[in-house]
Formats: sequence, C-alpha cells, structure tokens
Amino acid sequence: MSESVYNLLSKIIDLYAKSREKVKYGWIQKNISKINEWKLMAYAYSRSYIGLVGGFLVLITVLLAILGPYVSWEEYWDYRAVLEPDLYLRPPCLSFTGNCPLLGTDEWGRDILAMILYGMRISFVISLLVVVLGVPLGIILGLMAGYKGGIIDEILMRITDMFIAFPGLILSIAFATVLPERIRGLLDTHPALRDFLLGLFALRPQEYSQLAALLSVFSALIIVWWPGYARIVRGSVLSVKEQTFIEAARSLGLSTWRILLKHLLPNIISPILVMATFDLATATLLAASLSFLGLGPQDPVPELGFMISKAGLYFPERSWWIVIADGTVLLLIALGWNLLGDALRDVFDPRTRRAIEVKARAKSLKEGKK
Amino acid sequence: MKLDKLLEVRNLDVRFYTYAGVVQAVSNVSFDVYEGEIIALVGETGCGKTVTTRAITRLIDPPGRVVSGSALFKRNEKDVVDLLKISDDELRNIRGNEIAYVFQDPSSALNPLYTAGHHIVETITSHRNVSKKAASSEAIRLLREVLIPHPEARIKNYPHELSGGMRQRVVIATAIANHPKLLIADEPTTNLDVTVQAQILDLIKELQKKYGMSVILITHNLGVVAEVADRVYIMYAGKVVEYSDVYTIYEKPLHPYTKSLLNAVPNVLKKIERLEYIPGTVPNLINPPSGCRFHPRCPFFMKGLCDVKEPKLVEVEKGHYVACWLHSKG
Repeated sequence: MSESVYNLLSKIIDLYAKSREKVKYGWIQKNISKINEWKLMAYAYSRSYIGLVGGFLVLITVLLAILGPYVSWEEYWDYRAVLEPDLYLRPPCLSFTGNCPLLGTDEWGRDILAMILYGMRISFVISLLVVVLGVPLGIILGLMAGYKGGIIDEILMRITDMFIAFPGLILSIAFATVLPERIRGLLDTHPALRDFLLGLFALRPQEYSQLAALLSVFSALIIVWWPGYARIVRGSVLSVKEQTFIEAARSLGLSTWRILLKHLLPNIISPILVMATFDLATATLLAASLSFLGLGPQDPVPELGFMISKAGLYFPERSWWIVIADGTVLLLIALGWNLLGDALRDVFDPRTRRAIEVKARAKSLKEGKK
Repeated sequence: MKLDKLLEVRNLDVRFYTYAGVVQAVSNVSFDVYEGEIIALVGETGCGKTVTTRAITRLIDPPGRVVSGSALFKRNEKDVVDLLKISDDELRNIRGNEIAYVFQDPSSALNPLYTAGHHIVETITSHRNVSKKAASSEAIRLLREVLIPHPEARIKNYPHELSGGMRQRVVIATAIANHPKLLIADEPTTNLDVTVQAQILDLIKELQKKYGMSVILITHNLGVVAEVADRVYIMYAGKVVEYSDVYTIYEKPLHPYTKSLLNAVPNVLKKIERLEYIPGTVPNLINPPSGCRFHPRCPFFMKGLCDVKEPKLVEVEKGHYVACWLHSKG
C-alpha cells in the first residue's frame, strides 16, 4: 500500500518537474535538491498509515463535495412527501430494486443520501472559504505585528486578545445574528457575486435569501478565525526576525513586502499549513454547529447541521437515521482532515522527515541481513 | 589623505528604551569617512560600535531610537543627504545600493531557503532595472570576483552546502553587487576560521581598492586594524575616546583605554607568561559612570576630576584626538 502511494506521488512529482523542464530548460538540474526533498516528503507521507487513511477520507469527501450535487439523484427542493405520503420519514431499508432509500428519508420525503451530497458541498465550501480567507488575514496581520513591532504590534495584538478572550462559538453566534441584514444588502448590489456564490454552494437562485444566512455563518467564522493565526505567526516572526538574514535583507534595501513575503513567510509557513489542515475540520464542525443552532440557512437548504437540528423534533424513534447519517458524515470529514494534518506535521518537519527515512533504511538493512 | 568626505556623522545619540531603563548605547558620537579610505571602529563588546553603524541607515529597531544627530552622506558631487532625515523610500534606495553591510555571522546572514545566487540576484534586481538573466550572469562574475571557485556551480548552492568562509564571500559578493560607495563590515572575520580570516581581510582590502569604495570596519581585534585600516576610532561605552591615523595609534596611544587594548594583543616577538587584560567590564549603559566613562577601570584615575567632569575630545597633535583628562586641561 505505502509502496504504491509513494510510487504514485513520486510519479506526479516527476511529471511536474518534467513539465517545468519543458517550459524552462535546465529547471530540473537547478532544482534537483528541491525535487529530492519533495520525494522524501512523499516517502515520509506514504510511511504513515494514519496519513494514508486521512488522505483517503479527505480525497473521498472532497470528491463527493465537488461532484455530489451533480450526481445527486434528487433535487433538494423536491418535496416528494406531498405527493407520496409513505415517503414521510421513512427509515432506511435495503433493496436492489432501487426503489427504497438506503439511508431513509426526511420529513419532506427527500432521500437522506442525496441530501447529504448537497450538504457536503455546503460544508466543504464554507470550511474552505473560512480557511482560505481567514488564514491569510491572520498571517498578514501577524506578519505586520511581528515585523513592525512597537505601537503597531501593540494595537494589533490587543485587538487579537479581545477576539481570543471570547469563546469562538459565542462570538460567531453574535456575528451570525447581526450579519445577514448587511450581507443581504451587499448581495443585492452585486448580482455577479451572488450568482457566483450560488454556484459555489450548488444552490438554485430561489435560495438567494438563504445565501445571506450561509454567508453570515462563514463571515462570522472568518471573524473569529484569524486571531489564532495572527498570534502564532507573530510569535514565529519574532524568532525568525532576530536572525541576521532578515537584517541583511533590510540592509540590502529590499522592500518591506518583499522581506515579509519572501524571507519571513517561507520560514514559518509549514506549521501554519498543518494548522490550516486541522482547521478545515474545525471550521466544518463549527459551521455545522452554527446552523444546528438555527443561525444558518433554513429549509429547503440541506445543510448537515440544520438537518440534524430538524431531525431533533422527531428524535429518536422517527429520525435516528438522519442524525446518525449526517453525524457520521461530519465525523468522517473532520477525522480525515485531522489525520491528514497529523501526517503532514511529520512530513513538513525536516527532522522527523529525516528520522523516518533513516528508520526505513535501517529496517531494510536488517531485512537484507536476514 | 586629503580626500573628499563621503560620510559625516555628527553628535549621534542612540538610546534603547527598555523596561529596565534607558540604555544610552551611543552618546554624542561624531566621525568622518573620506572617499576611498578604510576606517576602523575598535572597542570591546557592547560599546556601541555596531549600534553606531546600524543607526547610520536607521536599522535600529524599537525599542531603540536615534535621539539626535546627523549623518550627511554624499550621494554624488551635488547631492548630500542626511540619512537620518530622508524618507524611508529614499533610504531604501541607498541601502544595499550605495551603503552595504557585511555581517558578523555568515551562517545566519543568508536565508537558508534561497541559493547563493538568489541572494545576489535579488539585491541587483531590487535596485537596478535589469533582467533576471543579466543579474544572474552578474552574480557569477561577482562570485568569481570574491574568489569562489566554480562560480557557475556554486551559484546554485544553498547556504548549508557552503563552508563558513565561502558563505562570508557570498555575503561580501551580495554587499558589493551594486558597487556601493560605502561598505560597512561588522566584525567580518570574527566567526571564521583563523586561516580564512586573513583571506577575507585581503579580499575586502582588494575590493576596496578596485571599486574605490570606503569601508567602515568594526572589530575588537587590533591585529586586524593594523593590517587594513587607514584611520582608527576607539570607542568605549558608547563614546569615541580617541582617534587618529593607524600609525599614530600604534606608535603613540594616549588614552589609557587604547593603551590597555594594545597591551591585550599578544606580541609574538615578546615572550610573556600571561596576557594582559583590562580589569572589569564595560559598564551598564543604563547608569553610565559619571564623568569619564572609563574612570572605574582606569589605572590613572584622578579622584575629583575624572569622576566629576567629562573630558572633551581635544586635538593633541594634527589629526590625533583624545578625550582624557591626562591630555586636556579642564
């Protein structure tokens, strides 16, 4: 298993290197040590079973999130229970005639499995947007605070402290209740943005008013997300900035942005990447919690947390399958990112990377002797 | 020796506002750098040599601050600017372009993530409007200039793949990439192998002649000074206590501190049992000693004078200044 994963990854790396070589002759020769390091990373990753399981889960959940809405066999706005009353909260059943919902139905008679495919897309997009928008915000503020120091540092960090002092969930609840109005106004004035976001969440245009609720969830999350990163980045910057090469870069007259982005950031990025991976899981769960509390979208949007919260009305006799199915999906998403993050931490750390390589060599030597 | 002034630093005062108190790292320091000369700033650890040179291009980070003073720098025949007053952008154009630094520790002066060539190319392209390719071939030429063998191969090496001396050569190549008028070398040989030290000094001297630049050499090694410098400034506890041309300093040191420093240099011609040292340490600059800052350690301490009034720099003979009550009259 590890062997084939490693072969696959190193093939991908080779392919990438060859395509770069085609664009610019001599690229491979110039970057040979980089390529070898990547391969060592791939090797370290393929040795970790936890990482392989995590990677597999992430691959599956992400693929389903992307393709789900296209392969889903039922539309989420199709209230079938109105016409077929026997579909109302039907428990799961297994039959090969294809006429029976595998994971049961909800109170609108919609197939839970089909709804989960929509729900995964929404969860994935929210968590991705939170991390993609929130993390750079935290990184930039942390870089500024750590590098500039003095009064700028003091102001930024005190604001960060204020955000961290509140529990994240409470703060995001507060924001999620006040934000929808503003966001609705913003969406009214920017129809292109609205259509783009609707496409991203795989919703139809009628769900336009739900969009504001969804956006307020992820805006609320972004608002509570950056402080953690700002603080960690600042801490790392403070230690890296003392190294002479930063002073050397300044003394050579490089611009502040260049120093921040080219000299400081690459030196502190790997723990940030690992943390971002973990946070994709946390953001998924937090977004689900917010909609579980009713702060997210409403019917008919099949958001995972919201579906669980609705199922609570009939729990447990008439809706246990909904809670279990949606809960399991959330668990798998979170588990996948967490396991992957764990493995990436080892992969990104050059010391553990080396240790894994050495251990593997020692093992193969021992086996050779036998 | 009568050349034009390149840099004129007057009454430089740098303070660090720490929690423990205000550190008067550099007080009232003035010095001149003429075109095409090498001056040396000499003193023990912690007497403000490095801070002085960093302050010239405002590389002092908070909590440090340049409180007062001026640093007039001649950019060309007509344009003389005060480095402590010009805008950040203008200063950035001067840094690395007209004034460049070589740092003490070559192993941390290079970013471990980038190749030797990248450092040079980056410096060139951020100051001159040249293509990466041209900058790259320029980098190879510069590496050859600093006597690195096989520069075409070395340019692709990461810092960890180079030896200490090699790294320092790369740092020097980066510093001279834009042909600066002033090179500030902050203890460039301290962290190097003894056998490499002389090579690096020779290299700096050679480059100085070739490009006609001026050099400020910071060191606490008077052996180094004798070898390369034209003029010497002796610093103690954030002040200049004596300066003159290099021969006078060695022939006729006047300040007790200078004498002690010279005594502490091992002389291979004399057989000595123990090396001389200066008793005590550099004072804490939060509460510097009153009067002459050297008085607690001075063998010629005169009570009632040295610890009360501060001696001024006086010209004892032509071009030889000293701040000591033994040589000036109150």
